[in-house]
Amino acid sequence: MSAAKLDARQEILERIRKAVGGARDRAAEYAAIPREYRREGGMAPEARVELFAARLYEYGASVYRCTSAQIADAVAQALTQRRRTAIVVSHGVPASWLPDGFEFVEDDALSYAALDQSNGVLTGCEAAVAFTGTIILRHGAGQPRRAVTLVPDYHLCVVRAEQVVETFPEAIRRVEEFRAAPLTTISGPSATSDIEMTRVKGVHGPRTLDVVLVR
Amino acid sequence: MSNAPSTHPVLDPLLAPPFPQAALPVLRNPQLRKNVAHAIDVIQAKRAKLVAEKTDWQELRTSASAIRAHALENLDFYLEQFETRCTAAGGTVHWAADAAEARQIILALLRQENATEVIKIKTMTSAEIQLNPFLEAAGINAYETDLAEIILQLGDEEPSHIVVPALHINRSQVREIFARRMGLENLSDDPKALTNAARTWLRQKFLTIPTAISGANFLIAETGSVAVVESEGNGRMCLTLPRALITLAGIEKVIPRFQDLEVMLQVLARSATGERMNPYTSLWTGVTPGDGPEEFHVVLIDNGRTGVLDDAESRATLACIRCGACLNICPVYRQTGGHAYGSIYAGPIGAILTPQLQAMKHSRSLPYASTLCGACYDVCPVKIDIPEILIHLRNKVVKGHGAPMAEWMAMKAAARAFASGGRLQSAQKLVRIAQKPYVEDGVIGRLPGMLANWTRFRDLAAVPAESFRQWWAARQRKEIS
Repeated sequence: MSAAKLDARQEILERIRKAVGGARDRAAEYAAIPREYRREGGMAPEARVELFAARLYEYGASVYRCTSAQIADAVAQALTQRRRTAIVVSHGVPASWLPDGFEFVEDDALSYAALDQSNGVLTGCEAAVAFTGTIILRHGAGQPRRAVTLVPDYHLCVVRAEQVVETFPEAIRRVEEFRAAPLTTISGPSATSDIEMTRVKGVHGPRTLDVVLVR
Repeated sequence: MSNAPSTHPVLDPLLAPPFPQAALPVLRNPQLRKNVAHAIDVIQAKRAKLVAEKTDWQELRTSASAIRAHALENLDFYLEQFETRCTAAGGTVHWAADAAEARQIILALLRQENATEVIKIKTMTSAEIQLNPFLEAAGINAYETDLAEIILQLGDEEPSHIVVPALHINRSQVREIFARRMGLENLSDDPKALTNAARTWLRQKFLTIPTAISGANFLIAETGSVAVVESEGNGRMCLTLPRALITLAGIEKVIPRFQDLEVMLQVLARSATGERMNPYTSLWTGVTPGDGPEEFHVVLIDNGRTGVLDDAESRATLACIRCGACLNICPVYRQTGGHAYGSIYAGPIGAILTPQLQAMKHSRSLPYASTLCGACYDVCPVKIDIPEILIHLRNKVVKGHGAPMAEWMAMKAAARAFASGGRLQSAQKLVRIAQKPYVEDGVIGRLPGMLANWTRFRDLAAVPAESFRQWWAARQRKEIS
């Protein structure tokens, strides 16, 4: 650590203490923060999943519904619909999700160029939020690498009904145990409104997002 | 570029002209005003609709406000906790007292990486410290990757909004910039085509440039994590693909715990872009083996923030989460656009933040760039009472640095006159005679000499021929007779 760096750190912390320092019960103050907003959903499971699907439609995603025995069929249906043949499979995807007749490539530290040239990627997720149409991905050991869920132009994500909660706070509690892992929340495909506030879907992240919704 | 027109906006508070003067180029440019009004109408309509559907909106604002206030009141503790946790996870934390220190730290890190190019996620803080021109002078090309930032960078334009910084530029202007700078003569002005051009232009840069710079929407003390909120995926590209990542963050960005995101992310997206949730939010902690950058640095910058913290009456300015809702609702911003504020922080939040970051030594016209209508407070997701702070800062401008002498003397004389009925009547008599040449339809539209400053932007009600007291006295006399 250089001398300059130490000085700046000390100087900043001292200035902060001069401004707001003093004895205080931090834990009690934090606990006293009002949290009267909705922290629990009230919808029946069926309605909750329907709301999630409706939000995905709004984002322009296609939703393929199936039972857990039919995941591979639903994946085949989605890939056929989108005319995708060579698909990268992220860590954590079971072989039972993969239909015959397509080329699946395991993500074995694939290069960015290889990911860029692929037709898309198949992943699972950690949690999902009905009210906002959000999918939460967890990364790190045994999970999809961030690059794999990002560079391919097409993302097909398998979401199980029991992973779908109604409100955002419920989802944050679901993933809290993984709070130190890289996390990505996805609410629809990448988009921009930077030119005259005209919404253009599909910029740098996958331009197309589809979901297999498993009951 | 050297051929910039003389009206090129100056966004350096040290050099910018006062607000009323800086506002003139936009006020005189109907196309620019149309661009600004259209953009903020669209965002406002979206925001209003999505805030209305959120039945717990006020409760969320209350919590967000309390979380930010608590974080600021315990800033030393939470910053140290952030540093400890981030370091334990393989990150390196640097502290910069001012802009110059931050620039030097970043340059040293880039040199260590042998970087000649760097890709950047939109960060207001980097613009605040004027990082790009500094890196350019040091021989490092910094590529902005947010679509609006690309438009600004390639067009040699200045940001005019904190969320949609190119809102003052319309599609045909974007087409012209992209066609010229990307060499695409046949490009159409369809936003989809323009967006695609940007995607193609950046793709190889994302996949090959090994060094990136980001800002931070939130730093999480409990975990040492950084949160970046975005729409396009350029952020994810920059914070995922390069070998080394440098995050520049103001010290005020810290929030206590991971669970606080459930409040902050909900209020931010709706306020900023009128979406239920922004397309992408990335959270990461230090370095993750086999996933993302191998080298991660956070530069925590003060640059005047501790001075803001030191004033309890305006401290809440630092609670800002840069959603831009106050710009979109502001009747003044709507007319002037962002460049009038002489800083990258425009609108009501800029009017209170910039002068404070300058220790009230510059940008002293900004606290007056407001009608005090209070709309900014109503929409602020963290309930910053901007009108109160504006008044507090006006007071500081007057007290600490002196109001113009003539105005001060006039106000003092007026106070004396208003304090006594007799004196007021004598003054009214005098003014009735003096105002004669200037009154038209009961108002004074233009005063001579130094007084012209008062009537340049407003009419003055003329003193009527008869005051209420005179009328009353005459009436009493009539009754008696």
